[in-house]
Amino acid sequence: MKKVYLYKGYERFWHWSQSVIVFILLITGFEIHSSYVLIGYQNAVGIHNITAWVFLVLTIFTMFWHITSGEWRQYLPTTVNLKAQIQFYLSGIFKNAPHPAGKTLLSKLNPLQRIVYGGLTVLVFPVMFLTGFMYYFFHFPMEGVELASLETIAVLHTLGAFCIVAFVIVHLYLMTTGRTITSNFQAMVTGWEEIDEEETKAIETEMAESAKALIKTSNGKNKLKQPRKRKQERVKEESFQD
Amino acid sequence: MKKYAILFLALFMPLLIITLMAQKGFEDEQPAEEKELKLVNYIPKAKRADKEVVDHSKFEILQEDFENAHKVTEACLSCHTERHTEIMETSHWKWERDEVLEGKGVISLGKKNILNNFCIGVSGSEATCSRCHIGYGWADKSFDFTEKLNIDCLICHDNTGTYEKAKGAAGYPKESVNLNYVATNVGSPERENCGVCHFWGGGGNNVKHGDLDKAMLDCSREIDVHMTTDGENMSCIECHVTENHNITGKVFALSSENKNRVTCEQCHTDKPHGDNILDDHLCRVACQTCHIPYYAKANPTKMYWDWSTAGKLDEEGNAMHQPDADGNHKYMSIKGHFVWDDNVVPEYFWFNGIANHQLIEDKIESVPLQMNSLDGSYKDKGYCKKSINPSKIWPVKVHRGKQIYDPVNNTLIQPKLWDKEKGEGAYWVDFDWDLAAQKGMDYLDLPYSGEYDFVETEMYWPLNHQVAPKEQSLKCIDCHTKEGGRLASLGDFYLPGRDQKAGVEIFGILLILGSILGVGIHAFYRAIAGKKYKNDNYLNN
Repeated sequence: MKKVYLYKGYERFWHWSQSVIVFILLITGFEIHSSYVLIGYQNAVGIHNITAWVFLVLTIFTMFWHITSGEWRQYLPTTVNLKAQIQFYLSGIFKNAPHPAGKTLLSKLNPLQRIVYGGLTVLVFPVMFLTGFMYYFFHFPMEGVELASLETIAVLHTLGAFCIVAFVIVHLYLMTTGRTITSNFQAMVTGWEEIDEEETKAIETEMAESAKALIKTSNGKNKLKQPRKRKQERVKEESFQD
Repeated sequence: MKKYAILFLALFMPLLIITLMAQKGFEDEQPAEEKELKLVNYIPKAKRADKEVVDHSKFEILQEDFENAHKVTEACLSCHTERHTEIMETSHWKWERDEVLEGKGVISLGKKNILNNFCIGVSGSEATCSRCHIGYGWADKSFDFTEKLNIDCLICHDNTGTYEKAKGAAGYPKESVNLNYVATNVGSPERENCGVCHFWGGGGNNVKHGDLDKAMLDCSREIDVHMTTDGENMSCIECHVTENHNITGKVFALSSENKNRVTCEQCHTDKPHGDNILDDHLCRVACQTCHIPYYAKANPTKMYWDWSTAGKLDEEGNAMHQPDADGNHKYMSIKGHFVWDDNVVPEYFWFNGIANHQLIEDKIESVPLQMNSLDGSYKDKGYCKKSINPSKIWPVKVHRGKQIYDPVNNTLIQPKLWDKEKGEGAYWVDFDWDLAAQKGMDYLDLPYSGEYDFVETEMYWPLNHQVAPKEQSLKCIDCHTKEGGRLASLGDFYLPGRDQKAGVEIFGILLILGSILGVGIHAFYRAIAGKKYKNDNYLNN
């Protein structure tokens, strides 16, 4: 076993601040939707709108971080191990079978996570931002971009919110399906996670193969770069090897 | 501990930023009472320089015992020359003005010829109705609207409170009025001057408007923040800014066009709240909607008038007055049944400042018949779409009733209601609908078939007065709520918090329940399987 510095400082900051922001948005958002009365409609609207701006700022920083660090590749969907991962959740997990897609620095998300997080990132969140800000600016007399009704964007925004609630529920549960109940949680808190070396190697090989395949299909036009490790990380990784 | 630093930072930084930003927003909102209200085009009374006004008692020409009221007007015009030309242009004088009505063209319209569902109309009964005309002698069609000495200056400019027009005297003052005293004590119109007609229209206090009430002569802040004697104590003309005797403001019971109006924005600007979301509402919601949550707050207003039951006399053949439990007329032989109400919740409609009217020649096309109709809809976005007037949600008093019409000609009837003596066919003395209808329609040279019946009517009075203190204005939740909100009946648009799509809700709830169920079942199996495979833990291999 070795300990790997899996989640970098900014990544963890982003994850946890986003979690707070998403909770605030959900709580106030569903009050605005009249699902319940909690802090008062005006407060809910005010906080929802402020939080949306904070979320936007965080998201811009995070996009910048993902692009500059190359980490965005973690969210590229892959079919490698996809079937195995599904089978793991459906049966393997009950038999204490090992995780089929072990975590590595190159691939810290399993194929299901890649699809779901990637989907959130490129579909749900953009739709929420887009409809949210249309909602926010809709009532201004904006020539040309004016909408006939709030209804469509409101419906989309609500559907997105329901999807996020469902995601949060499942996400919170899957947090407990790591090596131990709390290992995933601790990794996201401290950044460090124990990783099985043999698994890691196997995965790295597979990843390399799939990367090759990708490069091949794209005719070499968009060559995938391997994320560069910072020197610091490499040092840390080495020093924590068992 | 250092490794938890990022967790704490990440958890508390957004909370801190959001709290600080929210706090700043609330600070901006709250201290309006301490901070000065944002106003334009208005100087609070406390800040105005004292102005020496003309002392009319020192003018020699006013030091006489005026033979009659016309002589007072003559004296006024001897100094204030040409003012009569201004007066004669106004609808206060003409009781009509040219207005464009959709589908009807330009029509000279006003109190002179328009029908309502209160006392119906003035035609044939001018001698009593003209008690509210700013003139002397309008008893019938022969009145000379071009004679400047027919102008009554005093009804608006009396500052003594002693000037009063007599009943049924075509606008002449009571014999008891000391014209010399009144003429030497004139000035700008006070609330009493406007109120004597605008509070008492329809034959009683607060009958018509519902938001214009004698209580506003001396009222608390709760009744009217602008006119309260505890506060700014504003007179009518502070808002109804007047130049050359053209008093701004119009009531859509009589008017049709969106012009010459008084607006809240003229002093309060179109961004009065210090809050973007609230200010943005002004694009589609009239200020009045939130700031006049109830009307008829001090005294009741008439909500329903059923003329069809009029005419019942007591055993001696005399007209009856029956009060309701609150002392308001419930039944009058001359007028029929009434329903009054106070602290009334307005009805809400889209309104773009354009009204239409049921003219006496118009056929009755639908029942209840709309005596006047307010134009507007959600889709009519006005300046959002380059035209001038967006429809806004507006609070309205709707006065409903039943009044006489001609079922053969299918038009409304103007009955003759008032006369000094019996035998002239006036309903209020002779109690004969057929005769009153005949007399009234003959007077207007309009056909009457000889048959009459009663038709249900509605009249729309947009509310503007009795603005509540801001702490009593409507809250978001009064409209943005699933059930029973103020805008429950305005169904032509999507309102956040009010409208939910059933399909979306069902999908959402199933999705959430499905997630919980799936996770629950999975966790349950894991717990059971966990025990079974305890020894098979690959970590221990």
